[in-house]
Amino acid sequence: MKLLEYEGKEIFGRYGIPLQKRCGVIRLGDSTDKLVLDGPGPWVVKAQVLAGGRGKAGGVKLAKTPTEARELALKMLGMKMVTHQTQGKALIVEEVLVDEACDIKREIYISVVLDRKGSTPTIIASAEGGMSIEELAQSHPEKIIKLPVDVEAGLLDFQARQLAFDLNIPQKNFREFTAFACRLVRAFIEEDASLVEVNPLVITGDDRLIALDSKIVTDDNALFRHKDLAAKPDHEATEIEKEAKEIGINYIGLDGDIGCMVNGAGLAMATLDTVKMAGGDAANFLDVGGGANVDQITRAFQIILKDSKVKAVLVNIFGGIMKCDNIASGVVEASKKVKINIPLIVRLEGTNVKEGREILAKSGLKLEQASSLWEAAQKAVAAAK
Amino acid sequence: MSILLNKNTKLIVHGFTGAQGSFHAQQCLDYGSNIVGGVTPGKGGTEHLGKPVFNTARDAVKETGANASLIFVPPPYAADSILEAADAGIEVIICITEGIPVMDMVRVKKRLRAMTEAGRDVTLVGPNCPGVITPGECKAGIMPGYIHNKGHVGVVSRSGTLTYEAVWQVTSQGLGQSTVVGIGGDPVQGMNFVDTLKLFEGDAETEAVIMIGEIGGSAEEDAARYIKEEMTKPVFCFVAGKTAPPGRRMGHAGAIVEGNSGTHASKVEALKAAGATVVDNLSEIGAAVATKAKSHKKAKAASK
Repeated sequence: MKLLEYEGKEIFGRYGIPLQKRCGVIRLGDSTDKLVLDGPGPWVVKAQVLAGGRGKAGGVKLAKTPTEARELALKMLGMKMVTHQTQGKALIVEEVLVDEACDIKREIYISVVLDRKGSTPTIIASAEGGMSIEELAQSHPEKIIKLPVDVEAGLLDFQARQLAFDLNIPQKNFREFTAFACRLVRAFIEEDASLVEVNPLVITGDDRLIALDSKIVTDDNALFRHKDLAAKPDHEATEIEKEAKEIGINYIGLDGDIGCMVNGAGLAMATLDTVKMAGGDAANFLDVGGGANVDQITRAFQIILKDSKVKAVLVNIFGGIMKCDNIASGVVEASKKVKINIPLIVRLEGTNVKEGREILAKSGLKLEQASSLWEAAQKAVAAAK
Repeated sequence: MSILLNKNTKLIVHGFTGAQGSFHAQQCLDYGSNIVGGVTPGKGGTEHLGKPVFNTARDAVKETGANASLIFVPPPYAADSILEAADAGIEVIICITEGIPVMDMVRVKKRLRAMTEAGRDVTLVGPNCPGVITPGECKAGIMPGYIHNKGHVGVVSRSGTLTYEAVWQVTSQGLGQSTVVGIGGDPVQGMNFVDTLKLFEGDAETEAVIMIGEIGGSAEEDAARYIKEEMTKPVFCFVAGKTAPPGRRMGHAGAIVEGNSGTHASKVEALKAAGATVVDNLSEIGAAVATKAKSHKKAKAASK
């Protein structure tokens, strides 16, 4: 799950990572009275959306007076934002963060990621912060520092010192930095994150070290031991996606018109690819999971049919844990509860496939069966046209 | 010969008495796998599915001489079970459990690495995988047994149901599999593609390999390097996720394209450049292998 900047900063605060003073977060419909703007200013008003490149898209503004800060916050709420990271889609700004601003002497990039190959947390840092790290990795790979960290010991003192020297941290901020780096790694490990990023980490005009931004991605698998994170809304998920998640179905909405119900993530991905190859576009990725029952299939149909773009439904199940006769009963049951007025194409294979195909054939339902994925995809594409 | 499992494998099941463990252990027994017992803390001394239950993996190994583990323990405790099996001296540990926190697997990998460096022979398959099967000899996993056929095609895959799809196509072509390995869809896992390809390369029973990859990570690119430099047997590939939108995790924790890494295009390009056959349409992978196998046979017959 991806956290918004202000949510990430709340976690940073718990780990003693130095931050600018927060003046408040307001949501669409909130009054700006909630903002505490009692300092001398200036302030920075920041749109809380899950995308980089906010500054260029007008999502980060500086205010000199409290009145200006309030005006900017109100203007930003509800704004549609398109950045280089939103894939052409507009994100609506629902929350705005107002922090005290600071003047910036130097910007540094630092993050902790999981290095899959080394199976270890790794610090990625660069003395040149503020810009896109992906671009820097392309143009100047030598400017990027990579430092593997032990998952149990955390960042060791000598590693923190080495990092500080490599980043040319000034003497004045040296201890501040090493403490910060150790805390950042601790936050990554203890919060079960897959990414913790500070871009930029700054040294201010008055020589303070401050984490000016936060980006945290957490591991959904570990939510059982992070009740606070588990209770947070998933900002990235649409309403249908959230509903699916609640009943244990993995659903991601897409742009096409062929609804897909598949078991297994890999087969679901391959089904989308095959639909594309047959000349169509899938409306969704949907993995019903390994242990889905009749109830779950019913709900999966309901979820697929909530998307009004869907013109045909393709069910592709290879029964391993989930037996084909259960799927077939689910399809029959579901069609009794949910009116499926669009073409339905079913491809079953695996455990109890004979029984499954028989249940479907005898059900009297209007559906087409297919014996291979390719045949099923072609039938679905034809039916959706 | 085969890899990882054969008819001499003595299997213990962790989470033996749970719903998932019971169901799948029974399926494995029905297939003919030699399950010698199970581990469920607190139920030691009892019997389940006609096999003895032990409190600890250590007891199970001592009493039965088990050399392989099959783990169905729920996610919060599964990492611990992997380490328990390793500590008990088990050589092949297959973890089916889906949803283990990545940080737990980072800790597991660290300990397994230390054991291997100290000279222990221990291999982890998974987690979040369908398991391993050597057709006709031993099934240790949740795959439907009947789709397999004893033969000479090795199969390795990051996805469960995609593996079944490929296996079924091979079987439908009248061919069979030497061993089928599901390495799982998690970002931190036991055996990877290269480890598995190495075993297939050295296995006398295996004549060709099917490798099913997906978007995310760089395991396919690493495999391509190995195929190019070391592999003498033909490799047939499919990479799932060509049409997946970037930044969204497609079900598997590992299946996500981040920035420019882990894309479908880079994987396919690397594999093709390494000399592997890459099919765009999954439905064609069985036929691709069969065509090659037939021409190989003809060539062999001609040379005689």
